[in-house]
Amino acid sequence: MNSSNLLSIVTFIYGMAAFLYIVSWIFKKQLPGRIATWIAIIAVVGNTGGIALRWIESYRLGIGHAPLSNMYESLVFFAWTIGVIYLVIEQTYKNRTIGAFATPLAFMAIAYASLSPNINNQIQPLIPALKSNWLIAHVITCFIGYAAFAIAFGVSIIYLFKQQKTGGKQSKTGWFVHSPDAGILDELTHQMVTLGFLFLTIGIITGAVWANSAWGSYWSWDPKETWSLITWFVYATLLHARMMRGWEGKRIAYLSIIGFMAVIFTYFGVNLLPGLHSYGSG
Amino acid sequence: MNKKTESADFSGRLWKLFASVKLTVVLLLSLAVTSILGTIIPQNESADAYLNEYGEFLYKILSAFDIFDMYHSWWFQFLLLILTINVVVCSINRFSASWKIIFVKKPFFDVSKFRNLADKEEFTDSRSPEDLKSIYVPIVSRSFGYRRIEETGNGFCIFAEKGRWTRIGVYAVHLSVILLLVGGLIGSIFGFAGFVNIPEGETVNDISLNNIGKTQRLNFKIRCDNFNVKFYDSGAPSEYRSKLTILEQGKSVLTRDIIVNAPLRYKGINIFQASYGELPPREITLNFKNRVTGMSHKKKVPLEEKFNLPGDMGQFVIEGYRNSYNFGGHNLGKTFMGILTPNNGSPVHVILPVRFPFFDGMRKGDLIISVEDYDHRYSTGLQVTRDPGVLVVYSGFVIMILGCFITFFMSHQRLCVEISKSGNKSRIMVAGAANKNKLGMQNRIKKIAKSMGK
Repeated sequence: MNSSNLLSIVTFIYGMAAFLYIVSWIFKKQLPGRIATWIAIIAVVGNTGGIALRWIESYRLGIGHAPLSNMYESLVFFAWTIGVIYLVIEQTYKNRTIGAFATPLAFMAIAYASLSPNINNQIQPLIPALKSNWLIAHVITCFIGYAAFAIAFGVSIIYLFKQQKTGGKQSKTGWFVHSPDAGILDELTHQMVTLGFLFLTIGIITGAVWANSAWGSYWSWDPKETWSLITWFVYATLLHARMMRGWEGKRIAYLSIIGFMAVIFTYFGVNLLPGLHSYGSG
Repeated sequence: MNKKTESADFSGRLWKLFASVKLTVVLLLSLAVTSILGTIIPQNESADAYLNEYGEFLYKILSAFDIFDMYHSWWFQFLLLILTINVVVCSINRFSASWKIIFVKKPFFDVSKFRNLADKEEFTDSRSPEDLKSIYVPIVSRSFGYRRIEETGNGFCIFAEKGRWTRIGVYAVHLSVILLLVGGLIGSIFGFAGFVNIPEGETVNDISLNNIGKTQRLNFKIRCDNFNVKFYDSGAPSEYRSKLTILEQGKSVLTRDIIVNAPLRYKGINIFQASYGELPPREITLNFKNRVTGMSHKKKVPLEEKFNLPGDMGQFVIEGYRNSYNFGGHNLGKTFMGILTPNNGSPVHVILPVRFPFFDGMRKGDLIISVEDYDHRYSTGLQVTRDPGVLVVYSGFVIMILGCFITFFMSHQRLCVEISKSGNKSRIMVAGAANKNKLGMQNRIKKIAKSMGK
């Protein structure tokens, strides 16, 4: 079995985990949730194996490089980071509602990688610009950041629904009665945004240092760079609004959702625009 | 109101404006929104391209606002300047307060404030306050750097704190933002970025600067000894490599290979592998096949030099070379052009595409000529830059990462353990506060109380 096949199977395992988390959330049943956790763990382990196998395969092909070099590989890694961060949160907060919103994101990322006809899942040799040790540091830090923002996005959506249904008061019924308290969701959004912001910062910086060693300029306002900076501005706004002006709740949730839209555009939308990052598209 | 107080009032208001976080939020969002423009409208293209795309009216409006080079426009730079002032003023404004907390000799603790905290832990213990003191002090010491014991009326208090210095984190982040902007400014004033094409074997002294069409003389010369491009089987490029020699006063001082991601740095000038071009060949090996006898004959010839064809079939000369050749709507790729002059006839134009050795067969001549090989000559394209601001920018990078980590994941934590005698038992209160991550601090207090035997 090659890594692409293994990762296709992992896609369905993520899908199953996401389905069970949603079932557990909607029908307020414990059992499917417990099974979902185990399936999510299997998915992450399989995902890890897929990445490792792909790495080994690239060496067998004689073009060995870390599997972080194109859209397919970055999506697979994106799913992995979402899966890992989510499982840590589940363990920390002992709550599975977030799973119904986080695991579908991991599933969508890897499903898009495996199933979209626009995405090439072949292992390709590295073009000269990508032959750099900064590649690994840059991609890993960016995607940890993106994954943290993805989870902040999921939590913000739960927060908004919860506040809408209960009108800000705690109620004993409703869709989100088993989710963590609004205060905890709000705090969790903030924590994920700070984690994401730190890693986005490191990601942009490693990218800048890399660009300076490859092209002789640490910043050239190419669309991907600019959009990562736009994302940085949005989350910087969120952090200042919260830490200095005491914003919390809905306003922070909206900013976190806008921030994630910017992340998505940085990731996918920019490939529609011309620029230096064009190899991230195929 | 006299003029003096009026101006004091004005500068006070200005200071207040620049000290506001509202302004920060407005500026960050404005930068975010306006930055989008430059990603949708391609930057720094020719006026013709824009006129074509947007028409004259829209072109005039957009160029009036420097939209075609918006990140260097006066208004974008103005936003960055205001942000810088905002960051500086905010930091100064708040720093004096933080300074007093950070660099105090003896931190001030107020036990009543701790008593008023909502999330405090309280319990009783049958041992006496003195016994508990010897147990509790090591527990507190384990995780708090600063510790002080104060006697109270009927017992004592252990005050402890740690991470006072972490309050500096946010100022480090702000400083790093200023370093980035200053470093960028230094680079744009004292640095340059340019481009040069060097054919193999040749030496250059000047480079042409990007965007402005001027040239810049270097105080040394660069010679390209050799350029090489490698491809994967798939046809994708694998490596571009130039062997460069630096010459000073005519003497070579350094020879080094550069590839993408491994530039040459010499005397503050950086030389990057950026592109390459193919030069017209000087020598070509041709194959002549006699249509009648089927005999082949190879011959290495220089360009633009007439020579006699084998078997006394006339004269031939390679007249030219093109990187691409359009034939009936198809691109034949690299192609040589020649003129064949038969012994008794008029000259014929011959087209020799490198990729299609049978192409000349279509001429239906006695000889089928094809290109066997030719000397590959390249020119290397180098990006040449000087940026004295990079060191400042990189120190900004390091400080920003450290500052963000400190700001988000470390906090100034203060703890108070109050032990008071109540009858022959002891009453214990554990309370604490942190300037960030209050939830984490609550858990910490719970843990400490637990380890004290609650």
